[in-house]
Amino acid sequence: MTSPILNVENLKVAFNVGDDRWRQIVHGISFNVREKETVAIVGESGSGKSVSAMALMRLLPEQSTRVSGSVRLADKELLTLHEEQMRRVRGDDIAMIFQEPMTSLNPVFTVGFQLVEAIRLHRDISRADARMEAKKLLEKVRISDADTRLDDYPDAFSGGMRQRVMIAMALACNPKVLIADEPTTALDVTIQAEILDLIRTLQDEERLAVLFITHDMGVVAQIADRTLVMYEGNIVEQGPTERLFRSAEHPYTRALLAAVPRLGESAGHTRPMRFPVVDIETGKVDSPGESPDTVDDGRTVLEVVDLTTRYPITSGVFNRVILNVHAVEKISFTLKAGETLALVGESGCGKSTTGRSILRLTQPTSGSVIVNGNDIVSLGPKQLREARRDMQMVFQDPFASLNPRHTLGDAIKEPLYAHGFKKGASDRVADLLTRVGLTPDMSRRYPHELSGGQRQRVCIARALALEPKLIVADEPVAALDASIKAKVVNLMLDLQASMQLAYLFISHDMAVVERISHRVAVMYLGEIVEIGPRSAVFGNPQHPYTKKLLSAVPEADPSTRSKKRSLSTSTELKSPFRSVDYRPPARTYRTVSKGHQVQEWGEEWNKEFYCM
Amino acid sequence: MASIILRRLLATVPVMGVVALFVFSLLHLSPGDPATILAGDQASPADVERLRDALGLDRALPIQFLEWIWRVVQLDLGTSIFTGLPVTDLIVQRLEPTFSLMGLTLLFSVLTAVPLGVLAAWRANTFSDRAIMAGAVLGFSVPVFVVGYILAWVFSIKLGWLPAQGYRPIENGFWPWLRNLILPSMALGFIYIALIARVTRASMLEVLGQDYIRTAKAKGVSRRGVLFVHALKNAAVPVVTIIGIGVALLISGAVVTETVFAIPGLGTLVVDAILRRDYPVIQGVILFFSFVYVLINLIVDLIYTVFDPRIRY
Repeated sequence: MTSPILNVENLKVAFNVGDDRWRQIVHGISFNVREKETVAIVGESGSGKSVSAMALMRLLPEQSTRVSGSVRLADKELLTLHEEQMRRVRGDDIAMIFQEPMTSLNPVFTVGFQLVEAIRLHRDISRADARMEAKKLLEKVRISDADTRLDDYPDAFSGGMRQRVMIAMALACNPKVLIADEPTTALDVTIQAEILDLIRTLQDEERLAVLFITHDMGVVAQIADRTLVMYEGNIVEQGPTERLFRSAEHPYTRALLAAVPRLGESAGHTRPMRFPVVDIETGKVDSPGESPDTVDDGRTVLEVVDLTTRYPITSGVFNRVILNVHAVEKISFTLKAGETLALVGESGCGKSTTGRSILRLTQPTSGSVIVNGNDIVSLGPKQLREARRDMQMVFQDPFASLNPRHTLGDAIKEPLYAHGFKKGASDRVADLLTRVGLTPDMSRRYPHELSGGQRQRVCIARALALEPKLIVADEPVAALDASIKAKVVNLMLDLQASMQLAYLFISHDMAVVERISHRVAVMYLGEIVEIGPRSAVFGNPQHPYTKKLLSAVPEADPSTRSKKRSLSTSTELKSPFRSVDYRPPARTYRTVSKGHQVQEWGEEWNKEFYCM
Repeated sequence: MASIILRRLLATVPVMGVVALFVFSLLHLSPGDPATILAGDQASPADVERLRDALGLDRALPIQFLEWIWRVVQLDLGTSIFTGLPVTDLIVQRLEPTFSLMGLTLLFSVLTAVPLGVLAAWRANTFSDRAIMAGAVLGFSVPVFVVGYILAWVFSIKLGWLPAQGYRPIENGFWPWLRNLILPSMALGFIYIALIARVTRASMLEVLGQDYIRTAKAKGVSRRGVLFVHALKNAAVPVVTIIGIGVALLISGAVVTETVFAIPGLGTLVVDAILRRDYPVIQGVILFFSFVYVLINLIVDLIYTVFDPRIRY
């Protein structure tokens, strides 16, 4: 075994919280990373994992943080190094990539400029040589047309491509250690799989030591040799990843693992499954159960027929339409009372636009959406308002979807007031808060006083205020930590059982979808390519895209890791931009089994699948 | 690029039209008979009638406006009542001092204010930040003529370093030209520096919190590189905007500054014209300044694209 390249001992970090008060964020953690080894730090938001990484790079603001302990890179102590020498360590010995590829590149400089800068900061070579080097780096991270791409600005790259550029930049000076802070969290699963593969391959090629920070146990299982579990600023457990997954000792690790959705867990069940909940203090697990049968086959709550939404892209002085974005293209499905239909697909596939079109928050181009016998698409303003009582929405970002200047009570009352139910509104708010697992006295609080999970509960309470029949939930748990995610999903299942709610559950997270849904529709480029009962779609996927989505989900099991994919350049979504005279092809569907239908696919899919 | 400039130039036509209408109305909205005003205080009733006839002041207003516009387009801004010289010639004669003063002020202000703003943002909430921002409040609060007289008193009367009055054309040598402009530029630049420094600070503070700044630091970019390359280019758009808007401040400031330091520029021309009720000159100078202002804003819009490649017109 090689000697540790990075050695962290008793690292403590405190933040100044006003005047001379300091709050301890990291309570003395110790670990090391060896050459060619990947060590994962896993924990939920606020556990101090990112702060630790920033601290060892000395990137925290000096005035408002206190860092103590020891960070040694080979024989060099980093914490006491002079700032100018530390600057030379950054990017040269230790490189870092971040969670947000969309915002981590400087938008006003070309990618080439930023790569050349990274190279020339630490190496004494000419601009022309550095450009050659930059080109090689882009090729190394499998970006095609490297030479022309160098002159593009970051806005010409998608999220996955930007993360590749970030990785190229990190590798610019052959660092010894790569710190990856949630590098795939903001990416789609198929892109995530590609980036993880890339990091693994490059690690072998470059003999890198990788410190991988994540909250996702599935990713940990796929990439880490050793894993450290952080909880409230302490490392509560560490060890080889396989051991940790097989026999975790600390209750928190067990809770974390229990909350990880795993594909295939619901096989053999037709109804949604609650997440098991682990008590962090005792480590006891409550047994997950199949939720009660809630579907009322006789009552159709929502019927969508040939729904199409397109956005025109205009240009020039006269705003001539030059392209159409075919966001949603002729999709049809029905939803019964008490049933959950999951709409899955990757960013840009049109699933959110579908949700918004159903509530007519976005005006559909054609088709019909029938709720209670009314066609939402053609209602007048007044009737539309009435009709919206029966359908409500819950959004992805619980931070942004509550007005920071309204109390929670006001937020929940808003829909009641909007529909003229002034009397008894306060009692109703108290009742709703109780239903979503909060307490009535919270109605006077403001959103910033709540955690993300609590805010999402408030958003659910607000959606329930008018006793709707249908809730369109657009990625409602995507922004939440695993344990909170599990609780919110369980809450939604309970509410469905008690109120016979129909959910249209929009999500990119296949594992969550497998737990919560009765039926699943897979969307690709604005169309539904496969729809059917959950057990059929997951158990017997037909369409190549469904198969690809399912295979990209990182499995929370380290023993499945060896199966390596070849590194294709990129398999990102094709563009839904079409010329004005584009006529969408007529589609036919093949019935696989009862209720399970799949779109007939063309030659291009067979080729694509072959590449993988 | 050329088509953008052309399109934007065309877009300024309606703006200039509205300004022209306003300037035209100036004469007709003033109390009294336009012909009597234009003829001046010593004119006999016969002179007034002759002028009315010559300028067509008895015709309907819209016709007069169109005739006036037609002359303006041909760069004929009328004749000064007091000197009897064409207004266009008067303006051209006075261009150099005013543009020298404005240009030098602009240069000096930007070169001082931007680094101050960057420093204040980098050292946010420390003593240097507070000192710079306090200075900025002072800059906003003290009128140009007060600053001007204080500067003249200290550097000219007490220390005798620089002249307190007058202007030397640049053709007589760079140094004499500069010497005469240093104090006026400083006086005029005071409020401008305050404004630009504040906006630079605010814009920089926002940018310094962005993810790509963290990336730059993690790459090992030096502090100066982070501030002046990565952050400043992103922070530049609001700063350029305020510099453009601030040209309006410079124009009104130039009028006062030229009076204080006795510089024979457009400012003194228009002040004299107002005192003498020399309407054609007032109209001409206002029209000219509006045109300069519109032009500056066009340039500002074009500069945006230099700093931010995402902006396209």
